[in-house]
Amino acid sequence: MKSLSHIVSAALLGGVLCTTPLLVSAETVTAKAVMETYVNLAHAGFSDAFTTAKVLQEKIDALIANPSAETQQAAQDAWLAARKPYSQTEAFRFSNKNVDDWEGQVNAWPLDEGLIDYVKTDAYDHEEGNQFASANIIAGTDKIDVELLKSLHEKGGSEANVATGYHAIEFLLWGQDFNEDPKDAGKRPHTDYAKGDVCTNGNCERRAAYLKAATDLLVADMQQMADDWADGKAGNYRSGFLALDEKEALRRMLFGMGSLSLGELAGERMNVALLAHSQEDEHSCFSDNTHHDIAENARSIQNIFNGTYTRTDGTTVTGASLAQLVASNDAKASETLVSKLADTKQKAEAIVDAAKNGENFDQQILPDNKDGNKRIKAAIAALRSQTGDIEAAAKAVGIDSLNPETSDSFGG
Amino acid sequence: MQATLAITLGALLLPGIANSSSLSVAEGTPQQHEGFAIGGAFFQQPWVSSPASTTARDGLGPLFKANSCIACHVQHGRGHPPLTDTENFLSTIVKLSIPAHSAAQQTAVKTLGIAPEPTYGDHLQTLGIKGLPGEGTPRFTYTEVHGQFKDGETYTLLQPQLHIDGLNYGALHPDTQFSPRVAPPLFGMGLLESIPDAEILANADPDDHNADGISGKPNQVWDIATQQTKLGRFSWKANQPSILQQTADAFRNDIGITSILFPEQPCTTAQTACHALPEGGKPEIPANLLETVVFHVAHQPVPSRRDTDDPQVIQGQKLFNQAGCVACHTPTFPALANQPHQPYSDLLLHDMGEGLADKRPDFAASGNEWRTPPLWGIGLTEKLSGHTRFLHDGRARNLLEAILWHGGEAEAAKQHVLSMHKSEREALLRFLNSL
Repeated sequence: MKSLSHIVSAALLGGVLCTTPLLVSAETVTAKAVMETYVNLAHAGFSDAFTTAKVLQEKIDALIANPSAETQQAAQDAWLAARKPYSQTEAFRFSNKNVDDWEGQVNAWPLDEGLIDYVKTDAYDHEEGNQFASANIIAGTDKIDVELLKSLHEKGGSEANVATGYHAIEFLLWGQDFNEDPKDAGKRPHTDYAKGDVCTNGNCERRAAYLKAATDLLVADMQQMADDWADGKAGNYRSGFLALDEKEALRRMLFGMGSLSLGELAGERMNVALLAHSQEDEHSCFSDNTHHDIAENARSIQNIFNGTYTRTDGTTVTGASLAQLVASNDAKASETLVSKLADTKQKAEAIVDAAKNGENFDQQILPDNKDGNKRIKAAIAALRSQTGDIEAAAKAVGIDSLNPETSDSFGG
Repeated sequence: MQATLAITLGALLLPGIANSSSLSVAEGTPQQHEGFAIGGAFFQQPWVSSPASTTARDGLGPLFKANSCIACHVQHGRGHPPLTDTENFLSTIVKLSIPAHSAAQQTAVKTLGIAPEPTYGDHLQTLGIKGLPGEGTPRFTYTEVHGQFKDGETYTLLQPQLHIDGLNYGALHPDTQFSPRVAPPLFGMGLLESIPDAEILANADPDDHNADGISGKPNQVWDIATQQTKLGRFSWKANQPSILQQTADAFRNDIGITSILFPEQPCTTAQTACHALPEGGKPEIPANLLETVVFHVAHQPVPSRRDTDDPQVIQGQKLFNQAGCVACHTPTFPALANQPHQPYSDLLLHDMGEGLADKRPDFAASGNEWRTPPLWGIGLTEKLSGHTRFLHDGRARNLLEAILWHGGEAEAAKQHVLSMHKSEREALLRFLNSL
């Protein structure tokens, strides 16, 4: 087994560079340098998620102060913009305990909407025995603040009791999507936040308080995660990560990539929705943003392997990459994975293109939409296929098992 | 399905629940995640009545108990009886049968283990779809049972009595046998399935030839997939031979979802309106989706033990051995010897005495016999499930009460515990809570 800090053979790397122009040219790529890139990518991604969440907060404050179609649209646009960098952070999950512990409050789904607000009861299926599924916090009397929302999250042990995070905010901005017009997302009226007699569906002030509290919590959560990966903060997760044994650090990077690729994205987020032909299983079902979630999640995996991330301001963060490190041991393994990731990107973009042409994810998964189903299946197949190459890449750098059993991030 | 599971069993061995209060976090190598995640989604999401836009998840009922697996197996953990007056029997089922007399009834026993109650079938389904009335509403009342330890400290146990209100399909057969059972926790199901029959049978001593007062009887049950009699190893009476059959049985009887193993709706011939309601496909859960749910259940991890170096825990383990608990709660099997978690069960049937008897035979299990339940993960019940109710009907309010209900073959072990000093009892409980 070659040392992980082995000097890269320029000849081996050449083949990779041809197919991946984004890769930095490096004489030497060490595991330590790859770890540095990884924490820099994480910090940039979570910082962008924080910045865009703050913009969302401003727009939501404006909506609450002056509810109108325009301020609602601006808040919805800000939510969509905030999802983009966040979705590119998801490959940092699954093997970094700090992200896993934090993620449930930020991105849990699907949610029982009736926990939060009014629902159209004949279009609302919730878990039997989940006594909180119809709690309708907004119609209640408890003081709505961040603490209340945190206390209700996953209440009663049901994961469907999602009171916080992006999807709670999404539901409050868009409302339920009934697919009355296939092209529509949720159609919550802005008057759900109106003051006085023009308030629709009751409790507008409490709804606004909920939206505000959920957004404030999201901003605070993003700040916390950006801090956790920031340079120069003693004792944060970044410093702990950089102090890890090299193999453990690489194992975490690759395990996160593989887990997002196969179980989470190909499995739970795409195949479950496809198998059930059900928008209840769609990731961003209220806003119909699922196609972007998919593409950005796929990009998240690519970013880590290629060691590059394009920030929301257009600048690029880049550094010594896993692709280069893998190539130094097994050029073919690196090259194959780079091309598989590119293929997945193309397949995911086909789903986005179809959505841009008016066929959202929830339309593409309908049982009689053969082309749509085929498109989703192709992306799932690409994600599955690349996962095998992620394992092969792991082997190339001396990690025989991506099993978390060997990881101290799982309590070992 | 078996082959898939055999290949992947190596990934089951997880060091505890670590970073999540829920055990449902997908673990294993990435290649194993997809089946686990998809199965998990079908384990958690509610099933809906037909016809519905979600064609893969319709077919709920017509009669059912819950609309998802997770409703009873909350956080994949242990069910419980109603803890308050307003709560229903959600994570507790009531099984029904009658004594088998006629030839037809005796034939039913060969494949079902019991002869179903003629009008209501073998499970009481409390809910129905589209205006179809549920079968009835079970509830418990409790009688206090008082006792005393040898050191003078007194205790009180709760003896449940089952009542069923609002029977919507007429009277029950006068000889109906009832068995309320809580949903068992799903820790390490795949590991239990991986134990060779021979290793379980090696501990069997049905006629107590060694005269230690402990029998250990294998249940022999009907395996639908192979149409053969097989060793039962799952459920409170070991009446299920495989995770597949247990899962399919729960889908059919608890959610009303038909499958390749149970193609018939949970309607008896007497329930005509039930038969007239729409189905969600034949079968309602396709084989490939059933397989993912089985995969998900099989790969539920086992929590790591905690505080194993604590002197009180070590003392408790000695007392557990000395009291003879290990005669049935055998720590492990050769097949599991090289992995860090020990089930503490022989997976065999034992006579537990009159106090716990449901008086309802099930295949080879008599009305007094119960399968030794595995103890791994038992100390995490409160953390995971938010309660500490134990035994098949959840009557024990804590682990000590569960021990005190032991009778029959476990009488001597219980007497041992009754004679322990308070500090010894505490150590014993500390050990159990470390599992």
